[in-house]
Amino acid sequence: MQETMIKRAKELLADGTVSRVIGWKKGEFGYDSTPAVFETAEELDRDFVFDDFTASNVSKYLVKESRKDGKILAFLKPCDTYSFNQLIKEHRVIRENVYIIGIPGGPKLDVEKIKAKGITGILNKKNENYTLKIETLYGTETMMFYEAICGKCQDCKSKKHVIYDELIGEDGDVLDSSRFDMVEKLENMTAQERFDFWREQLSKCIRCNACRNVCPACTCEKCVFDNPKSGIENKAPSDSFEENMFHIIRAFHVAGRCTDCGECSRVCPQNIPLHLLNRKFIKDINELYGEYQAGADLTSKSPLTDYDTNDCEPSIVHERGVE
Amino acid sequence: MQVNNNFEPVIVAFCCNWCSYAGADLSGTNRLNYPTNVKIIRVPCSCRVNPMFILRAFQKGADGVIICGCHPGDCHYTSGNYFTRRRITLLYSMLDFLGIERNRTRLEWVSAAEGAKFAATMQQFTEDVKKLGPNRRLEDLRCRKQ
Amino acid sequence: MQRIGVFVCHCGTNIAATVDVKAVAEALSHEPGVVISQDYQYMCSESGQNLVKDAIKEHNLTGVVVCSCSPRMHENTFRKAAASVGLNPYLVEIANIREQCSWIHKEIATATDKAIILGKAAVAKVHLNAPLTAGESPVVKRALVIGGGIAGIQTALDIAEAGFDVDIVEKKPTIGGKMAQIDKTFPTLDCAACILTPKMVEASQNEHITIHSFSEVADVKGFVGNFTVTIKKKARYVDEVKCTGCGACVEKCPMKKVPNEFNEGLDNRHAIYIPFAQAVPKVATIDPNYCMMLKNGKCGVCSKVCAAGAIDYKQQDKFIEQKYGAIIVATGFNPINLDKYDEFAYSQCPDVVTSLELERLMNAAGPNGGTLLRPSDKTHPHTIVFVQCVGSRCDDEKGKPYCSKICCMYTAKHAMLIREKYPDTEVYVFYIDVRTPGKNFDEFYRRAVEQYNVHYIKGMVGKVTPKSDGKIDVQASDLLANEQLHINADMVVLAAAIEPDKTARPLATMLTTQMDTNDFFTEAHPKLRPVESATAGIFLSGACQGPKDIPETVAQASAAAAKAIGLLVKNSITCNPCVAHSDELLCNGCSSCEKVCPYGAITYQDKEFRMPDRTTAIRRVASVNPAVCQGCGACTVACPSGAMDLNGFSNSQIMAEVDAICK
Repeated sequence: MQETMIKRAKELLADGTVSRVIGWKKGEFGYDSTPAVFETAEELDRDFVFDDFTASNVSKYLVKESRKDGKILAFLKPCDTYSFNQLIKEHRVIRENVYIIGIPGGPKLDVEKIKAKGITGILNKKNENYTLKIETLYGTETMMFYEAICGKCQDCKSKKHVIYDELIGEDGDVLDSSRFDMVEKLENMTAQERFDFWREQLSKCIRCNACRNVCPACTCEKCVFDNPKSGIENKAPSDSFEENMFHIIRAFHVAGRCTDCGECSRVCPQNIPLHLLNRKFIKDINELYGEYQAGADLTSKSPLTDYDTNDCEPSIVHERGVE
Repeated sequence: MQVNNNFEPVIVAFCCNWCSYAGADLSGTNRLNYPTNVKIIRVPCSCRVNPMFILRAFQKGADGVIICGCHPGDCHYTSGNYFTRRRITLLYSMLDFLGIERNRTRLEWVSAAEGAKFAATMQQFTEDVKKLGPNRRLEDLRCRKQ
Repeated sequence: MQRIGVFVCHCGTNIAATVDVKAVAEALSHEPGVVISQDYQYMCSESGQNLVKDAIKEHNLTGVVVCSCSPRMHENTFRKAAASVGLNPYLVEIANIREQCSWIHKEIATATDKAIILGKAAVAKVHLNAPLTAGESPVVKRALVIGGGIAGIQTALDIAEAGFDVDIVEKKPTIGGKMAQIDKTFPTLDCAACILTPKMVEASQNEHITIHSFSEVADVKGFVGNFTVTIKKKARYVDEVKCTGCGACVEKCPMKKVPNEFNEGLDNRHAIYIPFAQAVPKVATIDPNYCMMLKNGKCGVCSKVCAAGAIDYKQQDKFIEQKYGAIIVATGFNPINLDKYDEFAYSQCPDVVTSLELERLMNAAGPNGGTLLRPSDKTHPHTIVFVQCVGSRCDDEKGKPYCSKICCMYTAKHAMLIREKYPDTEVYVFYIDVRTPGKNFDEFYRRAVEQYNVHYIKGMVGKVTPKSDGKIDVQASDLLANEQLHINADMVVLAAAIEPDKTARPLATMLTTQMDTNDFFTEAHPKLRPVESATAGIFLSGACQGPKDIPETVAQASAAAAKAIGLLVKNSITCNPCVAHSDELLCNGCSSCEKVCPYGAITYQDKEFRMPDRTTAIRRVASVNPAVCQGCGACTVACPSGAMDLNGFSNSQIMAEVDAICK
């Protein structure tokens, strides 16, 4: 796959279709690839990587990249195409300046899950019959492949590319995922249990802003939390209220726009399941206002900028789940 | 749950200028009593109420927040309260999801003619919040009154 | 540094009896920025106002807080007082300590505490008030009426009467609309043409009225007082100025087999045609779908016979641009298409007709010269069945959920006219309910039943089956007698539901006005502003807003005209300064605000910005037209970046009030 992608990228660079390529670049270790922009065939040959660890969503980078001169080639996984579509809808990317090649999605691996098995000094890995063979400095270790799958791929919602100029590999389908199970489980807890669950999780927040910075829906020119004039500027969670507020406001701001790409939880260094907040909004929207998948198309109205005269009343909160 | 009979909650009521604020005025004109705990903030339309304001109120020491607007279909701006209804439903649901007591937040449609409904709503809401006791789950400790 | 004055009103004993006003004034005097805090018996009185004015001058105040009755009562009084001594009126805030404090509380201590908190909130807010200036926007003294039916004609005549220029845009070759097709009108049974055509002529002769027939609105830009509209004048291949309407071309045109729309397709017209004798303008139009000259260049008869030389086969669509201060929508209605109603055999049997077709069949200018004959064999029908509510009050997708309102009355009219003219004809009417509210309406219906012996049967028609002998079997249920009926009918007349014209929805998009799910235009307030749309400067006339009969349509048309005149007489309009504004540096250009704006006040521009890293970038940013914005604030919450804020109710002002109340 990686070779095919590099070959095609080089062709498009050579024939002048694009002047740059966004993809992933090898890191220091086998598992720490990062999004990167490539301008030459040499760079592609040297650094371009596409493997089980290239989980990051490059759509957000296109907000800036698509505004530069010349066209850029972007390799987008199915989930990334939803984010990109949503950005088109919000006029945040310039579609004409991006050449999209749809590439197969995950499941991608989460190196933290491998490390959690006590496996360190990772050099290389191989997937054989659902078993992951990991070469380390200290010899070969094995674990079940599925145990290493990153959270967002476990709950994969779609293998379908919703926008592309060409595809490498085959297009998939929208999946019947069980992604709302955890939200439902929480909904069925008591309020005290929910409160305790979220206190335990959100009190871990160190406000590194990784979730915000990686989120393809959080593309504000200036975030309200960085703006002294907003009245809620806040740099560090010095109190439990502020830990809550940041995440409530952030989830609310992306409600109806979040495609559920799962990047927020993937990058959280404290392993806070932030995606559950977004999923709660998505689940509520689906149940109360009809199924809606942000980024699935370019024309539907976002549920929060739309209404129906027969919408339910907020008192519905009292009628559902457990107090 | 801590129940303190002397507990006097702080309650912030956001009222839209055209219906609910006029409804509140009407309950005054008709001398319909409701607790002094309720303090009204006038907004042009219920759709002006930003979730930030609600959280801010809890942060600064409110024990309950209620939003009042024109009945659906009667919005002075035709569609404002429909947006309010969606936004506030989702916000309240999220607060519930985080384990915040449901009875600390409310949204009611009160027309300019419903002075009695306004007073009764405020009476009821204040009682409900009193039963819950002080807001502890969504407070900013630094703002707690001693 | 802020210099704020606080003025606490006793309102006689209205406030002072339950609120210790002196304590309130004293407590508020310690608030930051407060330089003077006074109480007075009647702050709204002449001397009370003078107290405020003098204090503004003496202390050079930058803000005023009046603790008194509701701002809905005296906010304007104190704003004017402030303005009269040079303080911006929007630097005045009211703390409502009467309706929302003294009148509802009984205990002095707690009421006083609450009054102090309300006062503190107002002081906190006024610290952040900014001087606002109400902008002015000029008004173009010309109106556009879209639609030339009776609604549009009446509106145009009324506006012209007031001395303003008004243009009518009508998509058909003539004005007149549906009323021109109607034979008689209920409940007086006077002839529609006799009362309509003089109005049509009046419109065409009025020096203030310009009629753009065979034209459509192609584009609308601008806002209240200042709309720019592009009108598409469709090619009619006849020079409107030269044509005298003599009709020689129509007579000689060899293409005679074109379904005649005016007679609902019940007879034929020529490829070049004048819709009806009293058409205004009385100008011929060539139908390019049938004209042999336009289709294959072979004919040209009309050009040869036209003495005026008005025929122009090379005519093109023409676009004209015009500025208007007000726009009145009068796009009217149409009966729904009945093709899906197989049970009534409408598409299978020519003797099953709609009510509008019946109007034409009975009209003296109709296909049979006014004699009611069956379309199939031109014989007299002896049994006629009317079916009410065809597609009205309907739950399924074929029909409409609403009552079409006019059908009960016109059916009574049809039944009565038939019984009057052809007493040997039996007339049956099947109905769900008979709805006849309106002046002389119920009397009219009762006359049909009692004097004319029309058989009204409560129940629905289940199936209409054409039989081989030319008769029609009507199977129905009589709900009151609880029995099944079979009527051997000669004709069946269906009261088809009415729906807004198909051009209404794209027009609503151009006008940024709202529509309901049935495509009727939504009025600004269902009770109090029934002829205005929520978009300033756009008014609603006639059935485009909902089903209406002629008297109601005319009443609403005049009401819409009155509202439009109220706007046109002004040289400029004062805008509400409490409007939204966008901070371009924060704006993402995401369009969230635009989607929730009920007025279409928000537009986007690509602007060049100097970025922090010293590069320049072109960014899409929102801007609010203050003349159009009404200040609801929906956009401010839709905006994720906080770029949108509202004058007079800014984020910081509201949060300052929250803080003051919660502390």
